Amino acid sequence: MRNFRRLVGRFAFFVFLAAIVVYSVFPFYWAVVSSLKSGSALFSTDFWPLDPAWSNYSAVFREQPFGQNILNSLLVALTTVLISLALALGAAFALGRISFRGRTPLQFVVLGISMFPQIAVLSGMFELVRGLGLYDNLLSLVFSYLIFTLPFTVWVLTTFMRELPRELEDAAIVDGAGPFTILTRIFLPLMGPAMVTTGLLAFIAAWNEFLFALTFTLSSGQRTVPVAIALISGASSHELPWGNIMAASVIVTVPLIILVLIFQRRIVSGLTAGAVKG
Amino acid sequence: MTAGPHQAPSTRNSPLTRQRIRSAWLFVTPLLLVLALVAGWPLLRTVWFSLTDANLAELSAAQFVGLDNYHYLFDDPDWWQAVRNTLIFAGVSVGLETVLGLAIALALNARFPGRGLLRAAILVPWAIPTVVSAKMWGWMYNDVFGIINHLLLAAGLIAEPQAWTASPDLALAAIIAVDVWKATPFMALLLLAGLQMLPRECYESAAVDGVHPLKVFFRITLPLLKPALAVALIFRLLDALRVFDLIYVMTGNSRDTMSMSVYARQQLVDFQDVGYGSAAATLLFLLIALFTIVYLTLARVGRED
Repeated sequence: MRNFRRLVGRFAFFVFLAAIVVYSVFPFYWAVVSSLKSGSALFSTDFWPLDPAWSNYSAVFREQPFGQNILNSLLVALTTVLISLALALGAAFALGRISFRGRTPLQFVVLGISMFPQIAVLSGMFELVRGLGLYDNLLSLVFSYLIFTLPFTVWVLTTFMRELPRELEDAAIVDGAGPFTILTRIFLPLMGPAMVTTGLLAFIAAWNEFLFALTFTLSSGQRTVPVAIALISGASSHELPWGNIMAASVIVTVPLIILVLIFQRRIVSGLTAGAVKG
Repeated sequence: MTAGPHQAPSTRNSPLTRQRIRSAWLFVTPLLLVLALVAGWPLLRTVWFSLTDANLAELSAAQFVGLDNYHYLFDDPDWWQAVRNTLIFAGVSVGLETVLGLAIALALNARFPGRGLLRAAILVPWAIPTVVSAKMWGWMYNDVFGIINHLLLAAGLIAEPQAWTASPDLALAAIIAVDVWKATPFMALLLLAGLQMLPRECYESAAVDGVHPLKVFFRITLPLLKPALAVALIFRLLDALRVFDLIYVMTGNSRDTMSMSVYARQQLVDFQDVGYGSAAATLLFLLIALFTIVYLTLARVGRED
């Protein structure tokens, strides 16, 4: 009887696990299947594309500058991440390794800004972007994305920085190395993995951003991927080209999923460094 | 946190320490300047605009109108609908994400074959951009060709196809379901990290005493996990309160599902009424600031423990 109950419990546990897997993966699987169905096959509910076709994929690139949109997103996200990491590394060194008056308030300011709703700066940012002549220019996005990538990278890098052993620094101080030398010669090489993790998370955040990209760009050639996908439309609002939308969705999601799966351990440690230990 | 463990009192005023403090400010200053420019200044301008009749076409012609925008806002039933939608969305989705995330975290904390596969699978929704998730689910929710109607009809759970995202009764629930799908992995991973930091000894002695697993959960796991749970919860709550992408892409500016962010953007951009839209944005900011203060207090208390 006891064994039987244990068996039922184990079975229920595995059913629960299977349900989680299906629930997590099915929507994306369905997008892939739909993207491979062309014409009227799209409206059938076959769980497998009986006659897989790539026509939706070619249509995405034909009907809008989607290649350009991908390039825009890459450019914006990479530039934002590089600027954020460069600014955050020094700040994280100061906040994580040096105790000075005002350090605690500074950390709270950084954390507070990471909680800002983007909408709260939208009108002020719009004025600034227009004043700098950056409206409908990708630089406006690099500029405005710093509001969320910067606090995040500073916070996570500070957490990582604090965990490095003190002895490393002591030896260098005895040798007469200044703070800048200590940062670039000792910490920078050790921070490599942490910077990859943080950079990847910031990259994903910038790649996915929608509100600023929707508001600060106008022409289809300046759009980033999320805006391009959101604005794909058909002849009328009732006839959305779902095949194209699913194809575009798959194109931009597959690289992200691969990246996330490769770096999954690091991503988990980065996310928890950003939140739990905060 | 103020007096770091690295600083011995005797070296406090040595030239070396002074040099380090100077360099700390040197490292922090560029960050502060950029943050002031991209966050501080635009926020102040938004608050200022909320007290004017600013128009998007001609921002410089803005005239001070006092609290007029706030008065109009408080009289607008659509605004209160947006507040209600936002609070329902945040409360329900974060509640569900916590329960589901905890269940998944507990499962992932057990040892079983294929655990890595499960963790990889739950990262998939997290990796998908919000706009893409909204579109994917929008297609699955499609009233005529959607797979959800098809499956529910086949299972006999509904008698006729439902317009999930168009019907006022169903749309908010449909959006919440997508958010739960997308954000639960984040919650599960944070809670898993919390679970893995719990001391092993309590569980060993409970196992020796043969305590029922449910009792172990409610008497040991849950109380010990409380700090991690509180932080993850407030973190998600702050995120859910400012929701924009998901709702805007799924149902546009429909008033049945509009969140406070969607409302503010519609006023700001579509109606070009920067003054009024800024007032709405400022109120959302104040609401979130309130929650942030609660969070920071919690974080501080957690650190002092």
